[in-house]
Amino acid sequence: MARAVTNNRKAFNTALAWLVGLLIFFPILWTVLTSFKTEAQAINDPPLFLFFDWTLENYSVVQERSDYLRYLWNSVFIAGGSTLLGIVIAVPAAWSMAFVPSRRTKDVLLWMLSTKMLPAVGVLYPIYLLFIQLGLLDTRIGLTIVLMLINLPIIVWMLYTYFREIPAEILEAARMDGASLREEILYVLTPMAVPGIASTILLNFILAWNEAFWTLNLTAANAAPLTAFIASYSSPEGLFYAKLSAASTMAIAPILILGWFSQKQLVRGLTFGAVK
Amino acid sequence: MEYTARTLLGAAALSLLASTAFAETLTIATVNNGDMIRMQGLTDDFTKKTGHEVEWVTLEENVLRQRVTTDITTKGGAFDIMTIGMYETPIWGKNGWLVPLDDLSAEYDVDDLLPAMRAGLSYDGTLFAAPFYGESSMIMYRTDLMEKAGLEMPEAPTWQFIREAAKAMTDRDNDINGICLRGKAGWGEGGAFITVTGNSFGARWFDENWNAQFDQPEWAEALNFFVGMMNESGPAGYATNGFNENLSLFQQGRCGMWIDATVAASFVTNPDDSTVADKVGFALAPNSEGVDKKSNWLWAWALAIPAGTQKADAAKEFIEWATSKGYIELVAENEGWANVPPGARTSLYENPNYKDIPFAKMTLDSILAADPNNPTVKPVPYVGIQFVAIPEFAGIGTEVSQEFSAAYAGQQSVEEALAKAQALTNDAMEAAGYR
Repeated sequence: MARAVTNNRKAFNTALAWLVGLLIFFPILWTVLTSFKTEAQAINDPPLFLFFDWTLENYSVVQERSDYLRYLWNSVFIAGGSTLLGIVIAVPAAWSMAFVPSRRTKDVLLWMLSTKMLPAVGVLYPIYLLFIQLGLLDTRIGLTIVLMLINLPIIVWMLYTYFREIPAEILEAARMDGASLREEILYVLTPMAVPGIASTILLNFILAWNEAFWTLNLTAANAAPLTAFIASYSSPEGLFYAKLSAASTMAIAPILILGWFSQKQLVRGLTFGAVK
Repeated sequence: MEYTARTLLGAAALSLLASTAFAETLTIATVNNGDMIRMQGLTDDFTKKTGHEVEWVTLEENVLRQRVTTDITTKGGAFDIMTIGMYETPIWGKNGWLVPLDDLSAEYDVDDLLPAMRAGLSYDGTLFAAPFYGESSMIMYRTDLMEKAGLEMPEAPTWQFIREAAKAMTDRDNDINGICLRGKAGWGEGGAFITVTGNSFGARWFDENWNAQFDQPEWAEALNFFVGMMNESGPAGYATNGFNENLSLFQQGRCGMWIDATVAASFVTNPDDSTVADKVGFALAPNSEGVDKKSNWLWAWALAIPAGTQKADAAKEFIEWATSKGYIELVAENEGWANVPPGARTSLYENPNYKDIPFAKMTLDSILAADPNNPTVKPVPYVGIQFVAIPEFAGIGTEVSQEFSAAYAGQQSVEEALAKAQALTNDAMEAAGYR
């Protein structure tokens, strides 16, 4: 039964939600604002909020100094490739864990998750050496594989959770109708789990887009994505905050736009199965 | 006639083929600072002269350090040239990870490199990295505030004078701090500053047998002096301030004095960024009364060739171009003499055009006053002024500076910080087999 909510309570909740939302968004807003300031305005005390001479100079400097489109393409390739590859591997894995579990399924799931608990730097040298041997250093393919592997546990976990909400009887019925395993997964399971799969894709795309350890350590000039683009504007000796902010804004803009347009799917997927 | 034309055509094609065959694409890892960015903008000159293309990988200093260390220790070959500092060069040179720069051309004039820079970038007398620019540290102070306080900055002041001047310049009501110094944890941040301060009080990291010396009175005196002075006249939260935070405070007119890298001089005197550009004076870094060692450091960003590269010859050509006298002239032509990379070549300081730059002499004097082989009063078993040139120092130096920063923040006493530094340093040195 729905609980009665007074108008005052509703207004308070709305205001609180806006406040929390703004608080979370404020660092991004501040970065965007700083990108339109001069370096002197960027460090002004008291800080300048909206009333300053807006300039596009930082964007023009960044554009002139760096090949933004190359970094962008690398980011799209690596984040997109690793997510799609991860999905292709994770869908059958999650299917088997959700619909044909064994005694050890829970242990396997926990073991997969435990691989995320090791600090990445702990395996930097073995992976670096492997990459040298395989000729994968500074290649988009190499980075796609690594990011797929580090995000795979999350993808499997998310899909496993969504698949568990789907009644096994529907799949059984499909099997009785003569569907093969491939057809069962492709034509019965996948369409029913579309919101879950979509939100898994989006979340992992964002995670791969923002990954800044492997993308910095396994690339040089050819495969460097937008994380390396941002890192090239950070400096401990010299105040380049406005330029750094312009580079950051350019790096997060594509993912912000994607998130904005797909927020419905994202929320729907994240709350999938929350209400029965 | 036809024969001659054919021969000429063939020769031209052959020479074109030869130049194409030898043209390489060099991948260079570097830091993001004004001088390096300027060099990136002028790379066309190198390409025009040699035919070699250049790909830049610009990273933040700490990221770069981790990145190039991983690559060189695994012989990854991701880079043909690396930008490294005085800390890494002798260690990597000793390990055989760098290509020796012992066959540079006569035109390059290797003897023109400042002796301190050449020594700091060599191992066993062999040069392993060519200095792109060098720096020391010095005092930058507000001439107007000093005058208002009724004081005059000596060219070589003592710490005791600096503390008194800082007190006199402090104006809490107007948010002016008498002195701004690094307190941020990290061996290259606050760790570097407190190490040189220790040197100028006669303290040292290790005795001749690699025993830690934080239990000695010189360290207690240095650290108590630093904390006392900063509590009296430093900015709030100085325990987390590094170069950039202090630069920002100074440029906004909120510091009476700032002791830091000589490269900061060009920032604080630049009217586009600094509100106090026309009121800045310079002096040598201070020493404690009665101690004949100043608190200035020595650092160079230098270009080196990793042993794993297949393009060592082209890389050497680039290094010769980027650290040559000709490059300095190229920058002066395009950006003015104030923007040439400082601190690497003797001839720059003999150039009449450069002598007019207000901070040129003080930078040179500061560099000349630094001696990496004798960083403090007592003898030491290590090389390095603001660091100890052993591989273990990056870890130990960072941990010790974290303990010191906790003392600056008031989370523990100076005595506790020194006791912890003593214990952790000795433990690490024992584990590494030095003791």
